[in-house]
Amino acid sequence: MTNPNGRFGIHGGQYIPETLMNAVIELEQSYNRYKDDPEFNRELTELFHNYAGRPSRLYYAEKLTRELGGAKVYLKREDLNHTGAHKINNVLGQALLAQRMGKTRLIAETGAGQHGVATATAAALLGMECVVFMGEEDMIRQALNVYRMRLLGSRVVAVHTGTGTLKDAVSECFREWTTRISDTHYCLGSVMGPHPFPTIVRDFQAVISKEIKQQLMEQEGRLPDAVIACVGGGSNAIGSFYHFIDDPSVRLIGCEAAGRGIDTFETAATVNTGRVGIFHGMKSYFCQDEYGQIAPVYSISAGLDYPGIGPEHAWLHDIGRAEYVPITDEEAVSAFEYLARTEGIIPAIESAHAVAYARKIVPTMDKDQIVVITISGRGDKDCAAIARYRGEDIHDD
Amino acid sequence: MTDRIAAAFANGKAFIPFITCGDPDLETTAAVVRAAVAAGADLIELGIPFSDPTAEGPVIQGANLRALTGGVTTDKIFDLVRDLRRDVTIPLVFMTYANVVFSYGAERFLSTCRDIGIDGLILPDLPFEEKDEFLPVCRQYGVALVSLIAPTSENRVAMIAKEAEGFIYLVSSLGVTGVRSEITTDLASIVRVVRENTDVPCAVGFGISTPAQARQMAAVSDGAIVGSAIIKLLAQHGRAAAAPVGAYIREMKDALRELN
Repeated sequence: MTNPNGRFGIHGGQYIPETLMNAVIELEQSYNRYKDDPEFNRELTELFHNYAGRPSRLYYAEKLTRELGGAKVYLKREDLNHTGAHKINNVLGQALLAQRMGKTRLIAETGAGQHGVATATAAALLGMECVVFMGEEDMIRQALNVYRMRLLGSRVVAVHTGTGTLKDAVSECFREWTTRISDTHYCLGSVMGPHPFPTIVRDFQAVISKEIKQQLMEQEGRLPDAVIACVGGGSNAIGSFYHFIDDPSVRLIGCEAAGRGIDTFETAATVNTGRVGIFHGMKSYFCQDEYGQIAPVYSISAGLDYPGIGPEHAWLHDIGRAEYVPITDEEAVSAFEYLARTEGIIPAIESAHAVAYARKIVPTMDKDQIVVITISGRGDKDCAAIARYRGEDIHDD
Repeated sequence: MTDRIAAAFANGKAFIPFITCGDPDLETTAAVVRAAVAAGADLIELGIPFSDPTAEGPVIQGANLRALTGGVTTDKIFDLVRDLRRDVTIPLVFMTYANVVFSYGAERFLSTCRDIGIDGLILPDLPFEEKDEFLPVCRQYGVALVSLIAPTSENRVAMIAKEAEGFIYLVSSLGVTGVRSEITTDLASIVRVVRENTDVPCAVGFGISTPAQARQMAAVSDGAIVGSAIIKLLAQHGRAAAAPVGAYIREMKDALRELN
């Protein structure tokens, strides 16, 4: 899917300072050397199975199916992974790669804190130093994850610039990386940034769709009719889509965070409200003003609160292979509560965006059709914030 | 237009100040630019602010924020340059981020640059591999697309230098812009490779604030670029910054004259 220069159609590329060019070239060369290396893959698979708990379950949500009264609904349970989200898939891969490159220190950005926790976890496991950059606004929203990262031995640096959210944490990671390259790997958490990150992260997350395909074949003997996942940068979505891209009968649906609505300024729905731009090392869709200033986006979900989207998603949108739909805060919170009551599963507020869209389309589908929703993470981290959203203060932070 | 840049390096070591347009307002920028010219600046980098300047340290980030909060836009900065060009004859180059140019439309942005008398363009997030994004349009309108070389460029220095236009911006050290107490990169050996591959002049920037540092950097290159130290004066003096910035630039330029 990737052109040699890291392009997905017009998107992607390497729009970064010269200071970092040799670092990304070295990363690309190392990745190409190890991605098909049997020993590297044996070690990664072993960590996936014995440490992260893969394969994650593909669970037939019978009660949800009955209530929605349309297509059969399966949940891909990435929330059951170690550390509670899909982020661990990518992090274990990158941390092993960084180790082989002789790096002893990982830096990472985090929004909801899930990627930060996963990176801190891998660093603890592999005996690496770890520094996580997190927007000050997100540190308030996700206080529990800040504590988890510190407990795992990482340093968490508050980012005060800009809107104090995910985009500012990414910017700060790029700044930090230009300051210290020789011993440091930037463990980027989504399918974004300069080439080769969108490809590397996609490849490590593609295990999600590989398993869905296999598991559904075993359980139903067929492909799904639709795969639904939430999209911020888009790593769990691309992971869920990847092995279905060449199966045109499978609808691929990414759910963007619309915040208070795509007709307001308080939104993070990049494909629905943004236009093509160049930022954070890549050409893709970005929320921006008429002069190209990046917009201060908003979503209740810290993990989707990002003004851009990965370049492969931008391309899948351009060629019409995947659909990107906006889901508001209210719809996501309602789906968060709905899945908890219906199936006894509390999804991350990010994943609840995917559940919200399933609630819209599943009832319109036939009973012999199949929908897979990727539950990218667990929702424990969100309980205090959702309670606050509903006007209840549970004194979590 | 690149002739004007070459001329700026023709009379000894060049002093190149960086000023963020619209910090705190465009009237102040105009006054500061004219003070810089009077104080002996050889070429001026005019920053078009960007919301998320990933190559900048806290000082220039602050200037970007102040300027955008004050309501400056790319169009208003074009008007500023039109006004400056009534009397300013030294080369002026824009420094901004790729998205500012891309979003405006490269064709529209660069044709306007030619019309208002902008000589060059520096985009810190546009490395050698991506320069075709804007280079053809820059050439069409006679605006030099300035190449950056960093301490980590190593095997890339010759490749970049061979195709350089206008001048080369040699980044003094790792990290983002900002004042440093000490610069330890072996710049002389990088400049040696540059010289073997091009006649385009080469100025050093990032981290320079004192006359001694400027002299040290210019001694091994063709000039010194100073940003954060000037932005600090702007942050401190606000609308009254023209006089202190002028005095500072005079002192820095005098330090370089000792090398001639």
